[in-house]
Amino acid sequence: MGSGVLGSGVLGSGVLGSVKAELLRLWKWPATWVLIGVWLVMTLTFGYVFNYLALNGGADTRDLSQQQLISAMQPENVGAAVVRGLPMFGGAIILVLAALAVGSGYGWGTWKTTLTAGPRRVSAMAGTLGALGIIVVVLVALTFVVDLGAAVAVASAEGWEWSLPGLGALEALGASLLIAAMWTAFGVFLGVVTRGPALAVGLGLMWAIVTENLLRGVGALLGPVESLTEVLPGGSAGNLAGAVGGSGAPGVLTNLGGTTAAVFLAGYVVVFLGAATLLKVRRDLV
Amino acid sequence: MIVTTEKLTKRYGDRAVVDGVSLSVRRGEVYGFLGPNGAGKTTTIRMLLGLVRPTAGSARVLGEPPGTPGALRRVGSLIEGPGFYPYLSGRDNLRVHAARRGVAGTHVEAVLEQVDLAGAAHEKFRRYSLGMKQRLGVAAALLGRPELLILDEPTNGLDPAGMADMRDLVRALAARGQTVLLSSHLLGEVEEVCDRVGVISRGRLVAENTVEQLRGDTVLLVRADPIEKAHVLIEGSSVHGDVLHVRQTDAGSLVRTLVRADVDVREVRPLRRTLEEVFFEMTGAA
Ligand SMILES: Nc1ncnc2c1ncn2[C@@H]1O[C@H](COP(=O)(O)OP(=O)(O)OP(=O)(O)O)[C@@H](O)[C@H]1O
Ligand SMILES: [Mg+2]
Repeated sequence: MGSGVLGSGVLGSGVLGSVKAELLRLWKWPATWVLIGVWLVMTLTFGYVFNYLALNGGADTRDLSQQQLISAMQPENVGAAVVRGLPMFGGAIILVLAALAVGSGYGWGTWKTTLTAGPRRVSAMAGTLGALGIIVVVLVALTFVVDLGAAVAVASAEGWEWSLPGLGALEALGASLLIAAMWTAFGVFLGVVTRGPALAVGLGLMWAIVTENLLRGVGALLGPVESLTEVLPGGSAGNLAGAVGGSGAPGVLTNLGGTTAAVFLAGYVVVFLGAATLLKVRRDLV
Repeated sequence: MIVTTEKLTKRYGDRAVVDGVSLSVRRGEVYGFLGPNGAGKTTTIRMLLGLVRPTAGSARVLGEPPGTPGALRRVGSLIEGPGFYPYLSGRDNLRVHAARRGVAGTHVEAVLEQVDLAGAAHEKFRRYSLGMKQRLGVAAALLGRPELLILDEPTNGLDPAGMADMRDLVRALAARGQTVLLSSHLLGEVEEVCDRVGVISRGRLVAENTVEQLRGDTVLLVRADPIEKAHVLIEGSSVHGDVLHVRQTDAGSLVRTLVRADVDVREVRPLRRTLEEVFFEMTGAA
């Protein structure tokens, strides 16, 4: 009785409570911070430490000119520094986080506890996605802050003239969020489909780091495969990163327009999350 | 009626794991759901909570279809072992659950007290003993004072003292008018705390009655001389050694019949079988 009238209210409060619950447990999950920490160390190491050493190590900077190195480390280019890491390695870490967050719930039995708590399955799923979304925004924001800190430190140490990033950085950050969202959705999808963390992480890493690169190798021989690789999840992410100024990192591509790449990424987000939610709602939980 | 099921059936492949179960749980009673391993108790309970979709038949929980927020919000459950985040403390796990249920976090302390876990509430779930985990599961089920409590083998893993505590808890709840659906394969437990019992065997509900009725107060033991004459005189009697078992309760008329026929009556009393005997008889498990 009355649930019909209260229906939308119950659904609404169900989502808010679910987001709160999921955020609470993800925030206190060591894996969340270990993965974010690993990513921050990676982005610092590859984005600044090695570049700085190369710059100061003198002549042998391989194929990057001094000017390129300096430009890559400039505080005003920090947006590009954030986005270029995400198509492959950053994306892989985000995918692992999402796959673990969703997949482990099956083994722990926490999905059972979650789905019998009260909210509809859609709301429970929305709670997970909302909380993961917040964590991913935090990850991108932290990457920006850490990169900016490193860039300012390098610029000051080297005595360069530098300026803070302009509004243009927002475009790179927006692209970063979209790329991160796609990898999150991919991880969620794998976690739900495989109903466990191990296979989800394995398949996800394999795809992000191995499969697409192998296909790109094949693409060099076969035209159609090459066009396909441009619009696969990692390919789209790489192209979007390339379109907003990211360069000089594995996985970054410059063969598609930014809008096209963004449309593909948004499409993947919708498809992965839609499929995951549909499965979650429909399937028996035993 | 708090719970009713109508020919509830779940098939996996062509095997009916739950087969046409029609049971009913009344408001304010402790209903024992009794059956040997693999009988279909957990599967039935999963259907009552909307985790598993029935193949056929239907169920109502608190007047609502199973698994809807209207039903789930008013039901607290522990199904086949507790499902919690191993890295969170017992208290944090309950906080997370409270958020999902839309229950004030302050109630967490109360249920921790109720299951006698307040002292260990700060420890990580991973470090809990089996019994502590089980009690945390019961605590979670109690959050938000649900109208119906569904406990699937709540004493699993508890030592004798823990089992006694659990029985006391259920009895105390029952005294306050709490409706409880308690599944178990422990006859003593069911005998001690339940008002009514449903016995399930190989997916079928083979009996549903009060403990008294099931035990067979309807059978009288008669010691008479000569016993053969008594056996002929009393319809529906059977000879067991030197006594008769009679399927009726009107001891008065039985004695009169025998005395009039000049049979000496030495003893007439209700034959109390233990629930265990009844159980083995009905489930054919002996
Ligand atoms: N997802 C499934 N697929 C196939 N068979 C299943 C599935 N879930 C349960 N079963 C089968 O259904 C039967 C009943 O299982 P259920 O867990 O309901 O029994 P139970 O009465 O709870 O037993 P126990 O006392 O051991 O907990 C078992 O034989 C089990 O193998
Ligand atoms: Mg069971």
